[in-house]
Amino acid sequence: MKTVLTAFIGNACFCSIFQSLAAFFRANLPYILAGISVGGQYALIAIGYTMVYGILRLVNFAHGDVFMTAGLICFYLSLVMPLYISLPLTAAFTVLLGFTIEKVAYKPLRDAPRTSAMISALGMSYLIQNLALYVTGGLSKQYPQIPFISRSVTIAGATTKMVTIITPPLVIALVAALVVLIKYTKIGMAMRSVADDFDTSRLMGIKIDQVISMTFIIGTFLASIGSMLYFTNYTAIVPTSGAMPGLKAFVAAVFGGIGSIPGAVIGAFIIGISENIIKGLGWTTFSDAFTFALLIMVLIFMPSGLFGEKKTDKV
Amino acid sequence: MKKLFSLILICALALSFASCGGGGNKDEKVIYIGVNEPATGESGAGGKQETLGIQYANTVAPTVTINGEEYQVKLVIVDNETDTAKCPSVAQSLVSANCCVVLGAYGSALSIAAGPTFEAAGIPCIGISCTNPQVTLGNSYYFRICFLDTFQGKVLADYAYETLGARNIYCLAELGDDYSVGLVNYFCEEFKKLGGNITASETYPLGTSDFSSYIANAKKANSDCFFAPINIEPAALVIEQSNAQGLGMPLLAGDTWDSNVIATAATGTNLEIAFSTFFYSGANDKTKEFTKGFQDWLKANPDKLTDNGGNDAVAAVSPLGYDSYFVALEAIKLANSADPKAINDALWNVKYTGVTGEVAFDTNGDVDKDAIFMVGIDTATGAFKFITEQGAVD
Amino acid sequence: MDKKKQIIISLVLIIALFAGLWILERMVGTNSMLIVVLKKAVIYALLVASINLLQGFSGLFSLGEAGFMLLGAYTYAIFTIPEAVKGNVYQYYNGGIIHVNLPVWMALILGGLVAAFFAFLIGFVVLKLKSDYLAIATLGFAEIIRAVFQWDALGGITNGSNILRSFPGFKSVLYPFAVVGLCMTAMMLLINSSYGRAYKAIRDDEIAAEAMGINLFKTKLQAFVISSFFAGIGGGLLAMYQLTVKASTFTSGLSDELLLIAVIGGIGSMTGSVIASFLYVAANEWWLRFLDQPAFIGTFQVPLLRSGFRKVVFSVIIMLIVLFYHQGLMGTREFSIAGIFEKLMGLRKKKKAKVSGGGTEK
Repeated sequence: MKTVLTAFIGNACFCSIFQSLAAFFRANLPYILAGISVGGQYALIAIGYTMVYGILRLVNFAHGDVFMTAGLICFYLSLVMPLYISLPLTAAFTVLLGFTIEKVAYKPLRDAPRTSAMISALGMSYLIQNLALYVTGGLSKQYPQIPFISRSVTIAGATTKMVTIITPPLVIALVAALVVLIKYTKIGMAMRSVADDFDTSRLMGIKIDQVISMTFIIGTFLASIGSMLYFTNYTAIVPTSGAMPGLKAFVAAVFGGIGSIPGAVIGAFIIGISENIIKGLGWTTFSDAFTFALLIMVLIFMPSGLFGEKKTDKV
Repeated sequence: MKKLFSLILICALALSFASCGGGGNKDEKVIYIGVNEPATGESGAGGKQETLGIQYANTVAPTVTINGEEYQVKLVIVDNETDTAKCPSVAQSLVSANCCVVLGAYGSALSIAAGPTFEAAGIPCIGISCTNPQVTLGNSYYFRICFLDTFQGKVLADYAYETLGARNIYCLAELGDDYSVGLVNYFCEEFKKLGGNITASETYPLGTSDFSSYIANAKKANSDCFFAPINIEPAALVIEQSNAQGLGMPLLAGDTWDSNVIATAATGTNLEIAFSTFFYSGANDKTKEFTKGFQDWLKANPDKLTDNGGNDAVAAVSPLGYDSYFVALEAIKLANSADPKAINDALWNVKYTGVTGEVAFDTNGDVDKDAIFMVGIDTATGAFKFITEQGAVD
Repeated sequence: MDKKKQIIISLVLIIALFAGLWILERMVGTNSMLIVVLKKAVIYALLVASINLLQGFSGLFSLGEAGFMLLGAYTYAIFTIPEAVKGNVYQYYNGGIIHVNLPVWMALILGGLVAAFFAFLIGFVVLKLKSDYLAIATLGFAEIIRAVFQWDALGGITNGSNILRSFPGFKSVLYPFAVVGLCMTAMMLLINSSYGRAYKAIRDDEIAAEAMGINLFKTKLQAFVISSFFAGIGGGLLAMYQLTVKASTFTSGLSDELLLIAVIGGIGSMTGSVIASFLYVAANEWWLRFLDQPAFIGTFQVPLLRSGFRKVVFSVIIMLIVLFYHQGLMGTREFSIAGIFEKLMGLRKKKKAKVSGGGTEK
């Protein structure tokens, strides 16, 4: 009798929790959809941050601006050629840009103190933004419509763009490919080794420069894919477009445990969803501040993030 | 190292003295009018169009006569980058360039930020499309030739309540932007007075590109109108995302939306858009004449056409800028002097009929307007369509 | 050269500087670009120096300068807006809820103290973090401060996200020079005291410093609080210069800009910071403006010159300095009267003079 009763009560509790959860999801579906979509785009940027940090111990402030530049490159290319050529070319040019930035701005400072490299990253970010300002004349540019993913669709009463639905599976597929690359290829093994111990790897004969270049290539490639998804949703590109997504992606990387790729992805989704829910609750003034508050909390109480390696030198 | 350093210092000193010395050739009869407008940043598109109106006016009337002598009018155009932090410096550079009167700025926040600098220097300013009451309030050097947001808010609220039949309105403004926050505030006051309900009044931080949550909030609250009197660039994003998310209610806005950027963004959508504005090109013969002259001038100058956004659509801020230039000339003629103080005194007595209506300043330095044009967008073609000319209903 | 003589010479030079400024201002007029640039540059000098105190002398990498400037600027503005115009300024908040008016100097100091107090609270939390994590955390706090100051619920105090204006500014260029001069002297004295040596010890080697008996956390917190105090005063002065204050202008971009100026001057050199600030502001506001204007030589249009080019040139210069000229203008050296004196003597004696510390501002 007693057990039946408790089971019944437990069941009722469970049901009501489930129901209220379901109600919450129904009421907040548009926010959650927007959050998943933007979270996936943050994730693609965050991977670049987390990989570079994992290997160079450098916060690559220019990464967000590379992301913005990818948008601009696509805009200018699509003026003169069809999309099926301009999109791959965008990715190629962005990768070239990331590769060049590393060679020009970070490589000469490899043995300098960490703050020098960070200042160089800040300077690089400043340079890219100002170049973009100069080239665009300071007016926003309208990102080209990519057929199919720009289309509107309706799910469970919430209308959104196709890109929202495509983003999560695409991100997961890309991350899976990346994980395979890191786990099973020679260059992936080298990357893990360099991330683990920079100096020893160098002594072991790993070509450090090659590994670092590869890291930047992968990071910027993913950022360029991210920019295609992001700007299809939010179509205006201005020189500062990359700054906020860049910072948020960095926070996501820290949240997930810097150096950890799955961590960065999960962190990015959490940040994307929670910032949209906060906006939905009417706390719009604090939607950006929330991200930073989360960052500080993580740094203080959980310095290695969700999935980060325990031995870090943050504290 | 030391040598290099001393070299730099010497160069610096030499340069500063050089520029002190070259303060202007007194024999040449030139009078400087400052133009404080954004050419880059969020309001860049609108600021450029306003500047075009002034430049066109300058080609129509390149000289002014003071004391029987003909003076060449030169425009000193500066870009305030739509950044209120840059405004004081930019204003200072106009003051240092010996401008006797300054035109601008496009936005209220930019004008308010620059205002104290001009006041301190004693140089009169003629605001062009800055509609917030705070611009001229308590600043005896700031004038303005357009209507005020108190009036615009009232007209828009009437329009929303009577014409659109809206009862529940969602309002969106930019955090820290005096113009949109102010207009939303006056709008809400009037709308509540009429018996309407404000479902939510939210703000977004500068640089936001994701408006989907705001649109979802408006829909969730069962609003029947979306009021977003925001800057051009975010407005284009709101239009684009409203369309993607199926907003399902009319978009209502203020004078900033009178821009070909908005028209382009709205083309091909299924939205209903209406906004209030200063000017409608088909209103009368004078406006038609201006429109033709301005468009011919744009077509003759390809770089000006680019500044106008690539086509010859006339934004309301261009004729307003055009008028402001002539109001400044009237004041200079009336003062019969190039002295800023004299021009400031003369401005209070200026009476001028421009393409956007009568200009005569009241004790605040404002112009009393009694009607506003309501304009919509034909989303099939992207053309502006005249809806009504509306006064405030008391 | 003895200490007494040095002080006398410094005093004479300071008086000469002020007299020179006074005459200059009367000669070229308060509104000339030269005076305007001097006003802004001297305020920037204080801000950059306060960054340098952290970054160059204590090894703490902070990107939160803008947040502390905001605190100083708002405190100054809130307490100096005359009662008569409060209704206009706080138009959406019934004239605000703070009805205390302070004299200008008191409001400035209060601004510094408020910034220092918040630095104390924040420092308590973040100073355990190292280098880039500290930078990111301070940046985060600056953004949070900015959001809080734009919050509607605090509108009675901060005027929400709207602009604050109508507070007193300064007319003469002497005022900011005097305030900044005092602050810089205080900073110089601090750096050359035993506290300053403790900061440097931490910067050079934390473990060794700890072994020497320096309380790491306490000393770092002290440096952070003092630097923020000066950032607050600098923010107040900037408000006086701009005559308006708005939270949305205190972005992380501002902190980055100031940090980059410190890099140009040389991380670890106060006089370097001052010189770099003057050069930066003068070039940015004045000398390089022509880069933004299309120019013609005859009918030939000079290529590249159009809106935005100035900033591109600037960022390239900064990158060149960062990459090839780590030391900046001054490295860690200081520019001092004693140093110049010794150098002059040294030339005769063929003795290399090593300059260190103990000067006046510029």
